[in-house]
Amino acid sequence: MASPIEQFQIKPIIPVINFTNSSLFMVGATAVIVGGLLLATRKRAMVPDRAQSVAEILHDFIASTLVDATGKEGMKFFPLVFSLFMFVLTANLLGMIPGFFTVTSHVIVTFALALLVIGTVVIYGFVKHGTHFLGLFVPSGVPVWLLPFIVVIELISFLSRPISLSLRLFANMLAGHIALKVFAGFVVSLLAAGGALTILAPLPLLMAVALMALEFLVAALQAYVFTVLTCIYLNDALHPGH
Amino acid sequence: MADPTTQGNGNGREPTSSDDADLSARLKSLDARIDKASTHRQSAEPPARPTSDSRALGQAFRLSAEFVSGVAAGGIVGWIVDRLFGTSPWGLIICLILGFCAGMLNLMRAAGVLKGARHDGTR
Repeated sequence: MASPIEQFQIKPIIPVINFTNSSLFMVGATAVIVGGLLLATRKRAMVPDRAQSVAEILHDFIASTLVDATGKEGMKFFPLVFSLFMFVLTANLLGMIPGFFTVTSHVIVTFALALLVIGTVVIYGFVKHGTHFLGLFVPSGVPVWLLPFIVVIELISFLSRPISLSLRLFANMLAGHIALKVFAGFVVSLLAAGGALTILAPLPLLMAVALMALEFLVAALQAYVFTVLTCIYLNDALHPGH
Repeated sequence: MADPTTQGNGNGREPTSSDDADLSARLKSLDARIDKASTHRQSAEPPARPTSDSRALGQAFRLSAEFVSGVAAGGIVGWIVDRLFGTSPWGLIICLILGFCAGMLNLMRAAGVLKGARHDGTR
């Protein structure tokens, strides 16, 4: 039986330029997004057909999430947020196809995405608000003698954001895919065990089917959570005041 | 012979009263059914666990990620401080403790205990 971890192995496809299966699926996800959206919006009909209305719903959904969290001026970050959402969602869903590689189950990928978000927040915050952005770390109404501790804790809390942002997405995808593989493995080993145990084999199969449904939910939900948190962090860059 | 005619007569002649009785009876039974259905739905509300369970799982993941990331960030900061200033192991120890505090802060914000403090993190 294959190890449940084996599905996460990175294998080089074109070793000369370090093109791996991970890179292949990142390129694949991007191609699916760009191709799909271009195809869906090709006609630009006043009355959208099915594909176009899906594209419009996605756009409106992310736009309303962003505006809810950051207000109107947050729309300048719309390209970033929409790209992030579409990439994470597509990578998650592509990973659900059996035999496919899940890009977001590697912490370095999600951490790079989270660093992109936090980098944007820090750079935009300092460019827009200057040192006023540091007010983010000084909560109001704190006694002076407590202030040094609070500032350090707030600073660490801020630094922990990219970690928690990446950890959450990565851990969900990793755990889900391992659980699926483990239950699927139970089916095989119960069938191989023979005798009375063979009769029990459909039970883990049922569990695997149920987990598959849950994983689709998680794939979409985590993409959404990533997007919402991105919006909330961007809100700090836009309005660092208290 | 006589029966069918009277019955036919009855059917034709007093449809209003029998229909009214029928209608009110049906209304009553419909009311009863609606009442039963609504009470059934109310009583069915608590057992509707599966959805809230998967949400609880999601929340558990989220909250644990918040806490662990706070500690991890503290550890990384401490390690960097030690590397830069050669204060090993004090930077790591102190920053880990502060990281625990930051993790708790993250956790309480994410769980919504500190509502007023700052509009932060997850809702």
